Amino acid sequence: MPAGQGTLMDFASFLIQMLNSLQYGLLLFLVASGLTLVFGIMGIINLAHGSFYMIGAYLAFVLTSATGSLFLAILLGIPLTFIVGAFLEWALFSHLYKREHLEQVLLTYGLILIFEELRSLLVGDEVHGVDIPAIFSASIPLSDVLSYPVYRLVISGVCIVLAVALYFVIQRTRLGMMIRAGNHDRTMVEALGININMIYRVVFALGFALAALAGMLAAPISSVFPNMGSHVLIISFVIVVIGGIGSVWGALIAALVIGFADTFGKVLLPDYAGMVVYLVMAVVLLWRPEGILKKG
Amino acid sequence: MSNMLLEAKEVHTYYGASHILHGIDFHIRQGEGIALMGRNGMGKSTLIKSMLGIVRPRHGRVLVRGDDFTKAPTYKTAQRGIAYVPEGRGIFPNLSVRENLQMAARAGLDGRREWTFDRVMSTFPRLGERINNGGWQLSGGEQQMLTIGRALMTNPDLLILDEATEGLAPLIAMEIWRIVKEIRKTGIATVIVDKNHGAVTSICDRAMILVKGQVVFDGTSEAVRADPELIQKHLGV
Repeated sequence: MPAGQGTLMDFASFLIQMLNSLQYGLLLFLVASGLTLVFGIMGIINLAHGSFYMIGAYLAFVLTSATGSLFLAILLGIPLTFIVGAFLEWALFSHLYKREHLEQVLLTYGLILIFEELRSLLVGDEVHGVDIPAIFSASIPLSDVLSYPVYRLVISGVCIVLAVALYFVIQRTRLGMMIRAGNHDRTMVEALGININMIYRVVFALGFALAALAGMLAAPISSVFPNMGSHVLIISFVIVVIGGIGSVWGALIAALVIGFADTFGKVLLPDYAGMVVYLVMAVVLLWRPEGILKKG
Repeated sequence: MSNMLLEAKEVHTYYGASHILHGIDFHIRQGEGIALMGRNGMGKSTLIKSMLGIVRPRHGRVLVRGDDFTKAPTYKTAQRGIAYVPEGRGIFPNLSVRENLQMAARAGLDGRREWTFDRVMSTFPRLGERINNGGWQLSGGEQQMLTIGRALMTNPDLLILDEATEGLAPLIAMEIWRIVKEIRKTGIATVIVDKNHGAVTSICDRAMILVKGQVVFDGTSEAVRADPELIQKHLGV
């Protein structure tokens, strides 16, 4: 029986959609976690955050072509994007903390244009594919006709590991305590002798690297194409708002909710799929105007 | 003298167009206790914030241990052994009591770690009962103890208390003063801003009175206590 014929689906199709929802939601979490931290702690609306995802995907394409391995590409890509993130924070974003949201939006929108133009100059405007690493290229059969690609499970696994690691850093380490404290009162953190600017730099660079990693992981399944960051940016802002600005755990819950709403929306209500995510946002905000988990 | 901890020289500070501090000179030496007095809006908190780099003076200089810190970031001043307990307390309500203390822990400037987590716990037994509570669950007095305890975790040489007992019940305030006296005995210098003139002048040996952003008195606490007219004129409500 073909999957999702309007209203009913069999168990195998249902399972596939569940796994897809989870994988999509977790991937969105990687992007949104950095966005919510930067927004919540530094008070910066970073429209270029979607570009970080795009940069990651293109890095995966370029580095995989050069090294022949997506693993190597990711291994090189993570420190590279972390360093670029730290540099961008130092050169541009650190000047925005005391500025108005309008100025932040102008600068970060300008960055989107610059990043897209650079992408066009350096890699071109064609759509590219990235091969799934051979050892993950298999599929697990679920029924006579349906199967689930191992690589998507790997993505989910990597994201879960990272979410746990992020939880550990934020809840259990002194750096995490400083980040959370800075979320509440940056002046007081500084008055305790802590260099809050350095913490901002680390958080920003981490956010960049996580968004880029999401792009690198997604490259083999979504392919690599111009402006691929813009959709991710909008959906990530939806997640940040639903989850509660500044709350990483809110972002995790919201990303999973959006992952499920979007995936099942496309299957069950294909005509209205584009609306489902925003309907969810409207309902959540009516229920909790400050998001699922409030800041902090 | 080389034992100077913190100095302001001819400091002028503005909030926008309003001129708050009119050329203030201030200094505190190692181990000294200063009662910083004056009515509301006379510039006591602004002076403290100007010296810590939380607000920037428009003219004048700030020296920390003799070095020019006029443009230094706040964290560098704090790292030179200066701890700050702000008005309105400034605990992190989204962190537990334990985390509030742990995140601040640091050796003193000379590497000493006299103030450890355990010592803060024994100084403030009430915090021990609430160690895993969130900061937002504490009463006003407990919050104040936490802020002082957190400041001590940085092993400072100078502790600045801005309105430490404001809004607290008298018994709790007395408890805070008792603890501040204990802390003073360990040799930590203190600057204390408070409305309770009797308490601050009994804890501190020196007193300064600010009126409209200028120093009108700088002398011993005894001299202030012995001069009811001075109190009535500059501090009376």
